[in-house]
Amino acid sequence: MNEIIDKLLLLQYPFARNALIVGVLIALCSSLLGVTLVLKRFSFIGDGLSHVAFGAMTVGVVIGLTNNMPFILIATTFAAILILRKGQNAKIKGDAAIAMISVGALAIGYLLMNVFSKSSNVSGDVCSSLFGSVKILTLSTTEVWLSIALSIVVLVVFVLFYNKIFSVTFDENFSTATGMKTELYNLLIAVVIAVIIVLAMNLVGSLLISALVVFPALSAMRVFKSFRSVTICSAIFSVTCAFLGILISIVADTPVGSTIVGTDIVGFLIFLLIGTFTKRRTA
Amino acid sequence: MALLTCRNLALGYDGHEIVHGLSFEVNAGDYLCVVGENGSGKSTLMKTILGLLPPIAGEIRTGDGLLRNEIGYLPQQTEVQKDFPASVWEIVLSGCGNRMGFRPFYNKEDKERAQRNIERMGIRKLVNRCYRELSGGQQQRVLLARALCATSKILLLDEPVAGLDPVVTAEMYDLIEELNKKDGITVIMISHDIAAAIKYANRILHVAGHVFFGTKEEYIESDIASGFLKGGEDK
Ligand SMILES: Nc1ncnc2c1ncn2[C@@H]1O[C@H](COP(=O)(O)OP(=O)(O)OP(=O)(O)O)[C@@H](O)[C@H]1O
Ligand SMILES: [Mg+2]
Repeated sequence: MNEIIDKLLLLQYPFARNALIVGVLIALCSSLLGVTLVLKRFSFIGDGLSHVAFGAMTVGVVIGLTNNMPFILIATTFAAILILRKGQNAKIKGDAAIAMISVGALAIGYLLMNVFSKSSNVSGDVCSSLFGSVKILTLSTTEVWLSIALSIVVLVVFVLFYNKIFSVTFDENFSTATGMKTELYNLLIAVVIAVIIVLAMNLVGSLLISALVVFPALSAMRVFKSFRSVTICSAIFSVTCAFLGILISIVADTPVGSTIVGTDIVGFLIFLLIGTFTKRRTA
Repeated sequence: MALLTCRNLALGYDGHEIVHGLSFEVNAGDYLCVVGENGSGKSTLMKTILGLLPPIAGEIRTGDGLLRNEIGYLPQQTEVQKDFPASVWEIVLSGCGNRMGFRPFYNKEDKERAQRNIERMGIRKLVNRCYRELSGGQQQRVLLARALCATSKILLLDEPVAGLDPVVTAEMYDLIEELNKKDGITVIMISHDIAAAIKYANRILHVAGHVFFGTKEEYIESDIASGFLKGGEDK
């Protein structure tokens, strides 16, 4: 017990508090668009983009950029727009194109890291960028502020475009047919996804991002039945899981990313149970 | 000037042509029924009129000051809607999306409009229900209420009665007729129900190898109808 309290006392230190704040914000952002991604059958785009982000990161390291994030952001946004365009023009080949881009970026990223990295612990570096930091997140002040600023931008954009995102997600054809600027909103969604993925890469690593996007939405959809309640529920779900996950990882000395995803899985199972139980009762 | 004029239209996907030589006009207040066999290109025609697909050849002109965002559309059901968590209210209200421009939230007028169309479709009791748990007929009413939020001029309906029982089908036809006669909304409807087409519509467009367009009286007299009509009666 004392040990646990000792560990939690870490939170006195700014680096631990920063990790908690940033982690919760990222979890919040990624859950919001999760609903749209799952419903539009776009989950795989998040996955593909996260690999692109990984590739971009290694390129940044090789070039010797000290602050990698803006570069990764631009590259990922660019890929997001590209993938979305592809998906619209050639429907059948969209899947394959994404698989190609994502696996390609992953392989090249690993290759670059091995060939050019001056670090003595290449596999450790690769591992932490794929699965997130092993210990608690240590973020530079710039990274913290950049993460907070981007999260706020994502939140504001989401709130302002909430109704449009609903229309485009529920029925894109209807929206286009009745004269809404669907293409613009799709583009916006793609850019926001890219931002979220770059943000989340710090927290859970690029292989686990999809979990952060998909689990909250899928859990909320088991229980709630309107778009608004699903969105709110998945936001609360995601924030709670991230908060608990980070605390557990501090106390139990486990990697942050996989601990958060672990709590997400437990949360999902609970919602699954609640969902089947309530369905039985009403049926 | 007609509300909608199509001249020598050729339709298809990715340059692959399905029908050609479609010419017809729709005037304000018309009730046009589009008939034809499965796969003849009726839905494709509707998507082309709506700007979801580019025409392969020919032109579509809108007149009488009909704007892009004054069109209402009832689609054949898409897959994504089947497990979508959305309440009836959210869906009907989303029909007002085309009058928002860049305004982020629905205003009082939008909400009143949605409320009015919910009353008009007789689905007030369902407002807070989840769309995917409604019956087919109830779902069609919800989508029709949404389409009515998007327009007060012209409605394009793609098989609005598919899968509905005879009683609900009749109700649906009455609703649509009322919208056409009482509210003066122009209707373009795809239907396999040739008897209803002849009963309610004043214009018929038959999409096939040989395209027919004319009033329903002309249609009944025509050769193309006779085979199709008999087929309908046999059932
Ligand atoms: N997305 C698509 N890509 C390529 N071809 C398509 C596509 N959708 C439909 N088609 C083809 O276009 C033709 C016309 O289809 P359409 O959906 O317009 O028929 P329809 O008249 O609406 O039929 P139904 O009465 O069954 O609804 C069909 O041969 C179909 O195979
Ligand atoms: Mg059709």
